[in-house]
Amino acid sequence: MTSHILRRLTESVIVIAAMSFVIYALIGLMPGDPIDLMLGSDPHLTSADVARLKALMGIDQPLLKRYAAWAAAALSGDLGYSRLDVRPALAALAAPLGRSALLMGLSFALTLVVALPLGILAALRPRSRLDHAIDLACFASISLPSFWIGLMLILVFAASLGWLPAGGIVDVGGGGFLDRARHLLLPVMTLTIVGFGTFARYMRAGLLDVMGQDFIRTARAKGASERRVMLGHALRNAITPVVTIVALSFGGLFSGALATETLFAYPGMGKLIYDAVLGNDFNLALAALLLATIMTLLSNLAADIAYAAIDPRITDR
Amino acid sequence: MIALSPRGRLFARRYAQNRAAVASAWLLSALALAAFLSVPLQAVFGLGADTVDLHHRLAASSLAHPLGTDELGRDLLLRLLEGGRISLEVGIAGALAAAVLGTAIGLVAGYRGGLIDGLLMRATDAVIALPLLPLLIVLAAIDLRKLGVPPELARSEVASLYRIVALVALVGWTTVARIVRAATLSLKAQDYVRAAIGLGATPARIMLVHILPNLASPVIVATALSIGGVILQESVLSFLGLGIAPPLASWGAMLSGAQETITIAPMLAVYPGLLIFLVVVACNLVGDGLRDALDPRALQARPGA
Repeated sequence: MTSHILRRLTESVIVIAAMSFVIYALIGLMPGDPIDLMLGSDPHLTSADVARLKALMGIDQPLLKRYAAWAAAALSGDLGYSRLDVRPALAALAAPLGRSALLMGLSFALTLVVALPLGILAALRPRSRLDHAIDLACFASISLPSFWIGLMLILVFAASLGWLPAGGIVDVGGGGFLDRARHLLLPVMTLTIVGFGTFARYMRAGLLDVMGQDFIRTARAKGASERRVMLGHALRNAITPVVTIVALSFGGLFSGALATETLFAYPGMGKLIYDAVLGNDFNLALAALLLATIMTLLSNLAADIAYAAIDPRITDR
Repeated sequence: MIALSPRGRLFARRYAQNRAAVASAWLLSALALAAFLSVPLQAVFGLGADTVDLHHRLAASSLAHPLGTDELGRDLLLRLLEGGRISLEVGIAGALAAAVLGTAIGLVAGYRGGLIDGLLMRATDAVIALPLLPLLIVLAAIDLRKLGVPPELARSEVASLYRIVALVALVGWTTVARIVRAATLSLKAQDYVRAAIGLGATPARIMLVHILPNLASPVIVATALSIGGVILQESVLSFLGLGIAPPLASWGAMLSGAQETITIAPMLAVYPGLLIFLVVVACNLVGDGLRDALDPRALQARPGA
């Protein structure tokens, strides 16, 4: 168990290091460079100035050398300055991180509240009309583009009925709890609608898988009530794969929901990454992507460890 | 009627039993036919999906424009059809490209084993674990000129098509790679493959001639099942302005335009999304049907399905 965790931890560190290089190289391939941006805002710069500035900032250096310098600074906690936010990139990440965690956390909780009962209901009566209806709903949920269903919710609840705001986090002059909740409602609904299908299907498949096993037959043969078989024997075992999926989704808390956040102008991590990439804010994009990647990989690691801890059949691979 | 082999007849009969899959196949065929026929038909009638008419912006439906016009006065029906053609092209090309890449990686990993296998599979795990959309955004924003692509090509609309296909392949190969690797591992141990090794066949020959043909069913199923996801990825990138470049039409890009005019012309926001949804559902149902028809064991293995 310990050696398993250690090995997975080492693997994750290697992948994180490799990904930091890949992301660094990709950001370098985006249009323009910092000096071009300076040139755009200051027409008095001469080409000699440009060459001098590029040498000063090391932009004329080969990729590996630049990466090494950046990685050394990053490890000491210096991720550079955000161009759009005019403050250190790390400081610019704090508020969006909190907002994404709130949005994703709420959506995630609501998704589970909707999905798990649906999956259980479907599994209780396989091939029944209810099962087929739930299957259809799951299929729709998986196939819906989040930005379109969000747009439809805006169309109905904001543009037509005028009940809810179409975007942002607070009204002008607002900021109370109710105001914030109203702004969260449509994005949370959007993410729940496109998210519940996957979880419900997992729950259904997990439960059906368990229901076919010998110990369930034994429990029934001993005369246990169907209620006790379900709650005491089946559900407890069926929840294992669901726990893994839940743990896997934790990375999303830190990377946000890019399309949904952008649609609703919700200033979380997803929108920040989008704005930073489109706005040539290299340092901010790099820091945000790196953070999102690290947190996703760590949550995967956590899922792996949780799975091994819950399921006694897995000792060491 | 086309003459089918016994295996083909069995497949057709099994597929025909799945009514949802049959209906989806008809829906997709009808849409593809309309979308691809609209190009020559536009030429015949002197119409154009790109024809801007600023005097008739956001018009309601009429005889001239059955579904009305968009924010630049272009015919919405023609735009939708062109968007459909591009969605289907990107979906199929992207899924195929990802399948080719995944098959190559899975085949080498499974057949070679050892260190190569370990490295490739860790890479697969890593790609699966990454936050996809943020990385796709960066990949889509890359300046192709910095990669040595000639400027005029990098700016062309065709480049945006190829770029999307390449991006989708780059992040989508993992499922096929895993399936192919697992199948290769079991095929490698079969007697006929060992006989081929004993006869002195080269590894490349064994992989391509003896193993690859037997991977057809699982690869076809996985590829078909991935088309819907690819179409969703294309639409979200185009919605964010990083996918298909105008003047080419794309359902995703049409939706981002419709967001601005949602209070005056709500139907502009309804149609493209509805079509994305229908096509993705239909693709997934066809994929399901193919899986059940090609691999009856999968059907039995799914309790209650």
